[in-house]
This record gives sequence, structure tokens and C-alpha cells, in this order.
Amino acid sequence: MNPGSDLQAEGGHGAVPTRDVPTGTEAGSSPRDWPLWEVFVRAKRGLSHLHVGSLHAPDAAMALRNARDVYTRRSEGVSIWVVPATAVVASSPDEKDAFFDPAADKAYRHPTFYDIPDEVQHL
Amino acid sequence: MSAASPTTESDVATYALRLGDDALILAQRLGEWIAAAPQLEEDVALGNIGLDLLGQARLLLAYAGEVEGAGRSEDDLAFLRDERDFRNLQIVERPNEDFAVTIARQLVFSTYQLGLYARLQHSTDATIAGIAAKAVKEVDYHRDHATQWTLRLGDGTDESHRRMQSGLERIWPYVAEMFVTDDLEAALAADGVAAEVAGLRASWDGYVDAVLAEATLERPAPSWTAEGGRRGVHTECFGYLLAEMQHLHRSHPGATW
Repeated sequence: MNPGSDLQAEGGHGAVPTRDVPTGTEAGSSPRDWPLWEVFVRAKRGLSHLHVGSLHAPDAAMALRNARDVYTRRSEGVSIWVVPATAVVASSPDEKDAFFDPAADKAYRHPTFYDIPDEVQHL
Repeated sequence: MSAASPTTESDVATYALRLGDDALILAQRLGEWIAAAPQLEEDVALGNIGLDLLGQARLLLAYAGEVEGAGRSEDDLAFLRDERDFRNLQIVERPNEDFAVTIARQLVFSTYQLGLYARLQHSTDATIAGIAAKAVKEVDYHRDHATQWTLRLGDGTDESHRRMQSGLERIWPYVAEMFVTDDLEAALAADGVAAEVAGLRASWDGYVDAVLAEATLERPAPSWTAEGGRRGVHTECFGYLLAEMQHLHRSHPGATW
């Protein structure tokens, strides 16, 4: 992965440029400048945190509270993570072929070549 | 505490009405922020707090109507009473003004309401105890939200500090009224139904003073204090609030969606 990448996860859209566009990744005095946070919610114990979206907040503590209000008001979760969007390094659309195409013709990597016993569920 | 006289069903109805009106009117005020808060996230936060309060108001007003026994529903009580019939504290009707004034009002009131509901969980009136037990967790969050913002605005920029201090000054004249225990409340408290608000002041002072100190804010010393909400005496802005809140129901009685 390119360590100098200027691509980051923004708003749950995967990878978009952050240079010269108003994404508000630096805190400022205007609320429009609040940084963006990616929100992960765990629906119940034993499951993983899943990305549910993003929001703006002035700091981490407020991001957690905003996430509670925006994403868990219908009892969606038991745990929340918030991560600065700038901390997420995303793969680049330009590298899509090199990254993902080589897996396309390797069907043997899928667990489709064994007989699965009837008793095994959720596979 | 004044000498307790025997309490009646009507006293319990009045008490539930007071609590319900506090929640209803503050819910209406917070709703005014939706689509007007500094950020979309804050629209949702203030809207959620308002909806929590509206839920409490519905339960309390429905109970007030039931105990009163005159056949009035929660809607009748919310939408068909006039200004002098409302029993809310004046602090909850105060205009939102800027965000700092709203946060000052929320910090002051949520801290009060949390202390009150914590006591009312143990009310001898099972309905009031049940409503308080549900609401206490909601109000705990309301207080936390207001605390977080008070700290950030107070200990933020010069402008946010000035606004937050000014917000406290605007709200403080309405603080004293929250802690006035009148004869009705004293009598109900003697029966174990109500909690005497006068007894909540010390812990309220402890919490609020600690937040203000950490936020580098000064506790205001107002030259006058408000009173009269529990007797139906309200401030000039209240009629306008009721007009907006009651307009739809009065223009289209029985309207549903």
C-alpha cells in the first residue's frame, strides 16, 4: 500500500481524495470545520463492530456521544467505536486491478469443494 | 417544611401536572433547534433529548388526567389549557436564544431533574415511581450532554467562553424557583409521594459548581430571582410558545397522522 496515499475513508464511501476538497479534517473555530469520524457499532456481544457511517464532532468524546444519538437511537448497539477518518488508510481505485483481480480466477480458495455436513450451520 | 395536611387525589394530579408540564415545555423549546443547531449531529442530539422529555410528559400528563378523574386526556391537557393553567417552572419556557443559553438552561435543569427523579424512583405512588425510574437514565444522559458542552464552550475560545458565561447569566435568575417547596409538595412529601426539592439543592450545587470550575466559568449572582410558575404565572414569551405548540390541535381538533 502506498504510504504517501492521499486517499482516506470519507463518509463511508471507500476512497476519495481529501486534498483541496472541504472535508473538514482539521479542527477549527467554525463548526463547519469539525473533523470527520468513522463510526463502528457492535450490535450485540460476540459480533464484530461494523462500520455504520460517519459524522462530524469537535473531539473524540463528543464523537462518541454524537454516534450514540445518530446511530444507536433505535437500540442498534451495545458498543461504539469512533475513529478519525484521517486515520483510515484506504486502497486506491487506481490499484484496483492489481489488488483484487488476481483473486478472481482462484475459485479453489472458496470453500466450495467439500461436502458440508447437514449439522453445520451459518457457513 | 410546613405542617402537612392530608393530601388528596387532586393534589397528586397537580403534582403530576407540574412534572409533566416541565418536561412538555422544555421538549417544545428543544424541538425549535431541529434544523437550526450548529451541526446536523447536534440537531439530532437536542431532538433526542426533547423526545425523551416528551415521552416523560405524555406519561405524566396522562396520569394527571387519570387521577384527576375529569376525563381529560394527555392531549387535552397539553393542547387545550391556557397560559395560567400551566404549572411548569419558568426556566423551561425561557427562549433558546443562542446555543450557549440553551446549554446553560439544560445543565441547570437536567441536574435538578436528575436529582428529583432519583428520589421519585422511591415514591410511594407506584406510577410516579415507575415513570421516574424510566426517566432517570434518560436525564443522566441529558446532563452529560450539557456538561460536555459547558466544559468545551467555557474552556474553549474567548468567544465561546464569553457566550457561555453570558448564557449562565441569562438563566441564573430562574434557578432559585426550582428549589422552592410549597405546601402541596411538603404535604405530598410527608406521604412519601413527592420529594422535597428544597433538599436537592446541596447536591445540585456540588455538581454544578464542579462543572463551572472545570469550565473556567463563574457562578452568576443575579440581582433578582423569578417565581410563580407553579401558580401559573409565566414570562412574556410563554404565550407565543403555547400558540405554536397548540395551534394545530386547536385548529384541527382530533387531527391524526
